[in-house]
Amino acid sequence: MTAAEELARRHRLQWWEALPWIASIACFFAFPNYLAFGAQVLITILFALSLDLVLGYAGIVTLGHAAFFGAGAYTVGMMAMHWGWTEPISGLLAAALVAGVIGLASGLVLLRTHGLTLLMLTLCTMALLEQGANMGAAWTGGFDGMPGLSFGKILGLFSFDVLYYRSQYLYALAALFLCFVIVRMLVYSSFGQSLTGVRENLLRMHAVGAPVRMRQVLVYTVSAALAGVAGALFTQANGYVNLAVLGLERSAGVMIVLILGGYGRLYGAFVGAFAYMVLEHVLAKAYPTAWQLGVGLTLVAVALFARNGVIGMIESLRRRFAGQGR
Amino acid sequence: MDVISILLGGIAAGMVLFIVSVGLSVTMGLMGFVNLAHGGFAMLGGYAIVLSMKHWGLPFPAALVFGFAVVAAISVVLERLLYARLYLATELDQVLFTIGLVFVMIASVTLGVGPETQTVVLPEWLRGQTDLGFITYRTYSLALIVAGTALMVALWLGFERTRIGARIRAAVDNRRMAQSMGVDVGRLFTLTFALGSGIAAVGGGLGAEILGLDPQYPLRYLAYFLIVVSVGGLGRVSGVFFAAVLIGVLDFVLKIYFPKGGTMFIYALTLVFLLARPQGLFGSKGAS
Repeated sequence: MTAAEELARRHRLQWWEALPWIASIACFFAFPNYLAFGAQVLITILFALSLDLVLGYAGIVTLGHAAFFGAGAYTVGMMAMHWGWTEPISGLLAAALVAGVIGLASGLVLLRTHGLTLLMLTLCTMALLEQGANMGAAWTGGFDGMPGLSFGKILGLFSFDVLYYRSQYLYALAALFLCFVIVRMLVYSSFGQSLTGVRENLLRMHAVGAPVRMRQVLVYTVSAALAGVAGALFTQANGYVNLAVLGLERSAGVMIVLILGGYGRLYGAFVGAFAYMVLEHVLAKAYPTAWQLGVGLTLVAVALFARNGVIGMIESLRRRFAGQGR
Repeated sequence: MDVISILLGGIAAGMVLFIVSVGLSVTMGLMGFVNLAHGGFAMLGGYAIVLSMKHWGLPFPAALVFGFAVVAAISVVLERLLYARLYLATELDQVLFTIGLVFVMIASVTLGVGPETQTVVLPEWLRGQTDLGFITYRTYSLALIVAGTALMVALWLGFERTRIGARIRAAVDNRRMAQSMGVDVGRLFTLTFALGSGIAAVGGGLGAEILGLDPQYPLRYLAYFLIVVSVGGLGRVSGVFFAAVLIGVLDFVLKIYFPKGGTMFIYALTLVFLLARPQGLFGSKGAS
């Protein structure tokens, strides 16, 4: 296959792209008792997918992505708590809007910097929001957050299922699917291609006259909005929101999920979130310290040897067996 | 509390920040390596110091030397074996690697020593109060201020007046140029890395009184160390010193007057400051 053919083909749907969705629906029937956990996995996939846009495609290294997850989570929480606005889908849109506006505003100023300064600024933005949520207790519930929120019926038909989380699971799956379609279209558009160009060779993109910064700001905004949707789903599915939705641990956590799966590959978020969360579910409760040690060693090994995560490893194995060793 | 004692308390806290962060500033300035595990070396040093005092009965100053030596040795091994492979890697790989290293450090300490907070038993001559004539203040805080200032002066002299210092400055300003003039930047880096980690280790022990010492230490204070370094400017010892004192005092004052969310102002100020001066207090544009 020539390079031109490969480029022209790669946006086409592949047969294996149906697998995650088939698996998700199969899980719905196969594990009816684990759907609460399943919904968390789907939400994490969406969050990691949003990070993949900035980190994997645009190459912007951020430690503050949880700011947008938290903004979305608090938006639906506060709307339900103070205005009694419990309609879920408009809540998702509002969360996307709020997180997107924060992403746009912070992106416009932050993305002028790079390197350590950018890393620090994203961290500071998130810390500001975290402290704001902590201080504004009248609005946000402060340290304890907002427990016991309840939301209206999805589409006016399906009420949230507090026992088995069936509707939450399908709702999160539908939201993930829609967001994924948007991300996939974006990534394979000319806009997505130019982002990859910015990541791979900033100097050259400037030289050919690409509007580098505006593209970065735009992708940052879209990514923030998607992270906001993930946060809103979190609040709606769990019926609570607290300070844990913001903070360094959630930012680092989603980054780890994405890296282990493989970044800049769309499906890395799926593989990473599923593998990480299932392992965490099994191991972390029983052996928390050993789990942390294992995650740490894995990260060190990934950074040193397997920079492209699980998907990257599968790809290089496939290449090797196909005899196209590169 | 009157103004002077608040200032002294803040400056003492700032000194601890300075002692821990100064190595990070130099190594980041020298290699552009985003080392998020630096606080981990401070923690390991703190543990070496506390445990050697507890189990072997080492006196406090000897324990500080011991902590410095142990952590400097560990950091040389890590630098040669692992860090050196990632100098040319992307920022993302460096961030991942060092976050992984922090996790490994936290977990190892939790497994080996336990999750509880460690306390430093200060020797008799550092406890109690000292009368300075115009004010009576905690001896230990005053000792911290003296130690931090002494370290600042020593580092400044080392940087400005010695050959190695001149090489480090040259490499921070323009690594390629320094290399082509025959400076062995790799070896220089190993040396400064060991020195910086060792000083951080001493800071971990000295600061245990103020910052506490438990396995979560490297993550809890990560943002503070990074703020000090980026506000001070990469590779600038004096910049880190002033930034550390500034943030120490601000944090101390804000915690007294706005106990709820005083840190918010520090983040906000850092944000505004870095947007206006991304190269830090004294950094030059070329260094970043």
